[in-house]
Amino acid sequence: MLRTVSSHIFRSARVVGSHRVAIPRVVGPRIFARAVQLTSETYPNLQRTAFAKLTEEDIAHFKTILADSAVIQDTDMLLSYNEDQMRKYRGQSRLVLKPKTTAQVAQIVAHCNARALALVPQGGNTGLVGGSVPVFDEIVLSLASLNNIRAFDEVSGILTCDAGVVLENADNYLAERGYIFPLDLGAKGSCHVGGTVATNAGGLRLLRYGSLHGTVLGLEVVLPDGTVYNSLHALRKDNTGYDIKQLFIGSEGTLGVITGVSILCPARPKAKNIAFLGVPSYEAVLQTFAHARGELSEILSAFEFMDRRSQVLCGEFLKTDAHPLEDEHPFYVLIETSGSNKEHDDEKLEAFLESAMEEGLVDDGVLAQDETQLRNLWEWREGISEASQIYGGVYKYDVSLPLPELYGLVDAVNERLAEHGLIGETDEFPVKEAVGYGHVGDGNLHLNVAVRRYTKEVEKCLEPFVYEWIAEKKGSISAEHGLGFQKKNYIGYSKSELEILLMKQIKGQYDPKGIMNPYKYI
Amino acid sequence: MSSKLKILVPVKRVIDYAIKPRINKTQTGVQKTGVKFSINPFCDIAVEEAVRIREANKGAVESIHAVSIGPTKAQDVLRTSLAKGVDSSTLIDVGDAEVEPLVVAKLLRKIVERQQSNLIILGKQAIDDDSNQTGQMLAGLLGWPQATNASKVVVQGDVVTVTREVDGGAETISAQLPLIITTDLRLNEPRYATLPNMMKAKKKPLEKLTAADLEVEIQNRLEILKVEEPAARSAGVKVANVDELIAKLQAAKAL
Repeated sequence: MLRTVSSHIFRSARVVGSHRVAIPRVVGPRIFARAVQLTSETYPNLQRTAFAKLTEEDIAHFKTILADSAVIQDTDMLLSYNEDQMRKYRGQSRLVLKPKTTAQVAQIVAHCNARALALVPQGGNTGLVGGSVPVFDEIVLSLASLNNIRAFDEVSGILTCDAGVVLENADNYLAERGYIFPLDLGAKGSCHVGGTVATNAGGLRLLRYGSLHGTVLGLEVVLPDGTVYNSLHALRKDNTGYDIKQLFIGSEGTLGVITGVSILCPARPKAKNIAFLGVPSYEAVLQTFAHARGELSEILSAFEFMDRRSQVLCGEFLKTDAHPLEDEHPFYVLIETSGSNKEHDDEKLEAFLESAMEEGLVDDGVLAQDETQLRNLWEWREGISEASQIYGGVYKYDVSLPLPELYGLVDAVNERLAEHGLIGETDEFPVKEAVGYGHVGDGNLHLNVAVRRYTKEVEKCLEPFVYEWIAEKKGSISAEHGLGFQKKNYIGYSKSELEILLMKQIKGQYDPKGIMNPYKYI
Repeated sequence: MSSKLKILVPVKRVIDYAIKPRINKTQTGVQKTGVKFSINPFCDIAVEEAVRIREANKGAVESIHAVSIGPTKAQDVLRTSLAKGVDSSTLIDVGDAEVEPLVVAKLLRKIVERQQSNLIILGKQAIDDDSNQTGQMLAGLLGWPQATNASKVVVQGDVVTVTREVDGGAETISAQLPLIITTDLRLNEPRYATLPNMMKAKKKPLEKLTAADLEVEIQNRLEILKVEEPAARSAGVKVANVDELIAKLQAAKAL
């Protein structure tokens, strides 16, 4: 699973005849081996922009900046950098660079800018919209070797680290000092801090700690011309001019390469509780949320919901029949509380759960009795993302919608797929089913359409249907996953023409040659 | 006519299994403040087994009683046990005192007399001291048979068949009640405590006693001199070829 670094299985590729066969990372009910189609073939209308092509002189130049081992050209090794983790997109990069210092990054970018060579900055490559892999032959600039924690102030809680630090490692470092990283997501064992900032990732604790736009205090970014922008001096309050760093948060590598992050970290909670509940309907999910907000108030740190289908899929993925709740429920809710006083939190949570059950909002539930159970319960929520892929692939839609409408999208998609005869239990149908789950506390739904194969038919059935549905309810077509490659052409469903124009102006200002992560975002 | 089972399950409150313990500043023990405590995993398995025996043998189990020896907060693990299906419980409050296995066994013997238990299921060891002694000592004090490290338990009337995990594999023994069983990891997978059961558990009895009430003196025979971390593992070394490997192994006197 992506959760822990130690269980990260490196994929290798064998060349069989004229086909490249990659052995996948996730093993589900059926072990499958199939090639991921080149993005340029899946979307044949896409044209390669007239960037320069890589030459031997370029390689030689990079070898003067980096150690030979940091200049990767071996086709087998390139595969994992060229493919996204959903195995939906594959690029044709012939070069991966792994600098160790910001200065090296700056030199690389300066050279690429001078030569008009396109670049894809890449962190943990766990992005879900194809934003972190090349489309054509862009050079992959991997931040994986820029992985030092630079400083930590134990009084203010301000952490300064390299962009390539793995999220879980940063959190473990903070845990030893009594602090917590204000961001948590399923991919924490693989994703990089810099990548989460570039995506403005939301995650499981946004409800409690807020967004990266608030917690990031400073950034170090290599601009598209190679100059280094540094605001890492990190002050909690500093109203001296335009807050430039906000431009880079969520810019998905299109305005520069984030090389350093300074972030405000809260004190680590001393008491944590998880309640996993079964509720009778989506309305009950919303009512339980309102109730939790009122009763649990400041100790509420996560409120997630899942539908029955997602739990069945998750069971197949985790290879177990033992769901935390014995009976089947149409919807499930996972509530996490964190605080500084166990007795205080326990009392509040028990009172809340009792009243929720008495009022019939909740039919059944379990409370984690120890750390091990806590982690096991989270797996039934965090595992859904990977579980959705076990039949072969997944179309992911991460959307913001008004709360009453949120689950309506899942029903609408299942209905539409049925109308087109694309959904079914046997192999002839490309689609297995659409499941819904997510950060209902933030109004954020993750719609996953689990498929056996990616086909144009399925894609046409889903898009732009999903985006139109969302636009009609005035939601966002990408709550937290970003635009990347997948949603580049749909930004109009959530942003006005003026907004898009203003963004293009900014991009043109900072990256006139357009070398930073082209074919994506804007 | 087989006798009804009156099961006693001792449970211990320990530092949570998933937490890495820290040595305290005086190097006399482990840091206990601000640390999460939970039910000892083997005791959890014992509670689960008692409940499963009741579920598998309708009407054969008259009562399941849990007992914990520890500070006042040990009530928490008793409440968890009550929520999982235990009928009643006793807390022997010893405050902050360290209690060794022999004293625990002596206290448990008194509870056995009070409860008239005929089947005692304990965890094979606690994850804080790893003594693996209490069950065996209790058997000695009571003069009862013992089946330790159980990975399977089958109750048929007054005869209990236990499969034990031993070095060579598995050993199956059978014994008549009364009997002491200690649980091993593979015996079962404990259930979650469900909310409806947790609400019901609040009404179940939790009596509070002291060691003095049971006429047992807390007398420790061991003195902890020092607690320290194991030596840090030194970094590995990469060698360029087989010759270098052999040279290094010879220098380390491994060849």
